[in-house]
Amino acid sequence: MINVIWFFVLGAMLTAYTVLDGYDLGVGSLSLWIARNDDERRMALNSIGPVWNGNEVWLLAAGGMLVVSFPRVYAVGFSGFYLALMLVLWLLILRGVSIEFRSQSRNPLWRDLWDAGFWVGSLLLALLLGVALGNVVRGLPIGADGYFQGTFALMLNPYALLTGILTVVVLAWHGTNYLRVKTEGALFERAVRWSRTLWWIVVAMVIVVTIATFVVLSGSPRTFNVYPAAWVLPLFILVGLVWGFFSRGENRSTSAFRSSSLLIIALMLTAALTVFPNLLPSTVDPQYSLNIYNSASSPHALRVSLIANAFGMIAVIVYSTYVHRVFHGKVRLDEGHY
Amino acid sequence: MNEAVFAHRIQFAFTVMFHYLFPILTMGLGFFIALFSTLSLLTKEKRYADAARFWAKIFAVNFALGVVSGIPLEFEFGTNWSRFSSFGGGVFGQTLPLEGVYAFFLESGFLGMFLAGENRVGRRLHWISALGVAGGSLLSGYFIVATNAWMQHPVGYVMDSSGAIHLRSFWAVLLNPYAIWQYAHTINGALLTAAFVIGGIGAFYLLSERHREFGMLSVKTAVVAGVILSLTQLFPTGDLNGANVVQYQPTKLAAMEGLFDTEQGAPLAIIGMPDTESGKLIDPVYVPEFLSFLAYGNFRATVDGLNSYSRDLWPPVELTYYCYHIMVGLGTIFIAQMLVGLFLLWRRKLHSSRWFLWMLMLSIPFPYIANEAGWVVAEVGRQPWLVYGLMKTPAGTSANVAAGETIFTTMGFAGIYAVLSILFLFLVARIINRGPQEDVTAHA
Repeated sequence: MINVIWFFVLGAMLTAYTVLDGYDLGVGSLSLWIARNDDERRMALNSIGPVWNGNEVWLLAAGGMLVVSFPRVYAVGFSGFYLALMLVLWLLILRGVSIEFRSQSRNPLWRDLWDAGFWVGSLLLALLLGVALGNVVRGLPIGADGYFQGTFALMLNPYALLTGILTVVVLAWHGTNYLRVKTEGALFERAVRWSRTLWWIVVAMVIVVTIATFVVLSGSPRTFNVYPAAWVLPLFILVGLVWGFFSRGENRSTSAFRSSSLLIIALMLTAALTVFPNLLPSTVDPQYSLNIYNSASSPHALRVSLIANAFGMIAVIVYSTYVHRVFHGKVRLDEGHY
Repeated sequence: MNEAVFAHRIQFAFTVMFHYLFPILTMGLGFFIALFSTLSLLTKEKRYADAARFWAKIFAVNFALGVVSGIPLEFEFGTNWSRFSSFGGGVFGQTLPLEGVYAFFLESGFLGMFLAGENRVGRRLHWISALGVAGGSLLSGYFIVATNAWMQHPVGYVMDSSGAIHLRSFWAVLLNPYAIWQYAHTINGALLTAAFVIGGIGAFYLLSERHREFGMLSVKTAVVAGVILSLTQLFPTGDLNGANVVQYQPTKLAAMEGLFDTEQGAPLAIIGMPDTESGKLIDPVYVPEFLSFLAYGNFRATVDGLNSYSRDLWPPVELTYYCYHIMVGLGTIFIAQMLVGLFLLWRRKLHSSRWFLWMLMLSIPFPYIANEAGWVVAEVGRQPWLVYGLMKTPAGTSANVAAGETIFTTMGFAGIYAVLSILFLFLVARIINRGPQEDVTAHA
């Protein structure tokens, strides 16, 4: 039971990360095209400025919790994806430094440099995280020794590339919806147009990836066969998309942002249920799969760390809500930090 | 030791040593920002508010670099040391997420509020946020040191018949006796570093005859805090941290002191170069029987030398020995330097003694060296153990990661960190050049 709880705690944390840092990544991956001059780029940066660091902590906290709850998954996954994760680290450094250093000088070349860093860092991060998720759903060549070696040749398979592209377009759409809420003027107008176009691409990619998932897993995932009630979640994907369609109007930006948030939550939870109760399925032999039982810490350790972290998590949720509330509404450039 | 193990060790050592350059300062500076902020609240004097704001800017740049260089370390437990994580994650991992959810959120959240400024958030909340930044960074350090202390002295676990370990007591891991004094010594070192940085930059302003009032405040603060901190660095924190080494890690002690033969009334080597082939110190200067006294409080006590242990249990002797002697040597010089400063302050000559101000300014790098050297003693001296007495280092690496991959990414980190260092120095130099009084935010 405690193992199942931990599965959903980690799932919830990664989902929170994807919704929250997702719009930062989305804004970043479109930034060069959607924000055309210095004022617009500052406005885009200031829209995420006070929150991006806090959003990223969800990923780090999830990593720390993975160590203590399912240490084997952490060990096998992180060492298997060694090179890809090093790349993720470098991109995280590049993105963080780009956001913070851009405003330090007015020199246009300096600013162009960090604009490019912010853009490429965000775009590749979204792609890589999506590729990683795709590989987890598809399964990894975990052998009898319990480990695998994640070469790029292995990881960049067609299915994972599709999930990578899906992640990029969903987060980009989410980002444009965020910009619709936070900005005004020409940037706002452009965000509305991009949001409409991206909606169609998102729909197309959701259909493609859904079909590809059935092909790759040769049928519907086990969880959905065992618990038919689980089909509710993919239904929410549909709800998110339809809601997004009816939020195209210029005055429906908040609604649009909520619809893309719902879509991401539904996608993440569907992916989680697709692998459940596995965490890292093996493509070699199902008995080598790492699941929530054979990779977990002792029940005592799981209970203790759940309690120890619960209070902190509550504080984090209260704090994040507070910060989002303090900085709510349209960005004004006069008091901006970036 | 094979190439892959060596590559993993080099990668972790390089990334952790680079990362640590930033928390050394933020953990110490947070306290001084809270101090200036409190004085500002109590006295309403502008110079304290100026000081708090200036050091917060330096803090922010260090914090940003600390965050981006810290993320790789959390990953490396899994990417480089997967068999160690798989083995002990449920035990040592208890303290890792706590750092994220308790300390880090506190620190980054309050820092944002503090930097937003008094006018935006109000006097009292601004002061509270200064305390939050200091508290968050100090707490953050504790969780990390507690994780490390478990590797120095594993506690709070049970081993089952298959050799796997399970958590027995969360509190035993969190309140590891090794962690308490290691933490006190670490934080004391961070505070002392901050005192030197404050004093060094203050001395720079006095020497270049700019921002006189701020320079005086900084140098005075540094000297008064520095005298206390350089003494507490030695006693009690250094002494009691050393007592843990004596009690739990005899091979580390012998390597630190360059003691090869087990001796009753063992001498303390002040200088000398260890020769591991012949098992003696070259050109030693000894204080007779003093090591026995330091370790056991008795001049005739017996101290085990390296020769009492099989050679495959020796840590790298030279590195451990030199780093320990560099740390202690610098620590001794810091005490002398700060006492001279206190004397000059008493004679009211501190601000006019240019030779002392020059010395103080040029001293900025040395506490960093002492801190890093201390951690080399702690970590290299722990070898060949990854978890002292429980798991050897080669058994904890990721066997599925080739040396070639690790060497390649280490080169990548070296390049990235070189660029980050240049940017960091550029930004800090700009903040110092602008000085403490400029109020308008630099951002356009």
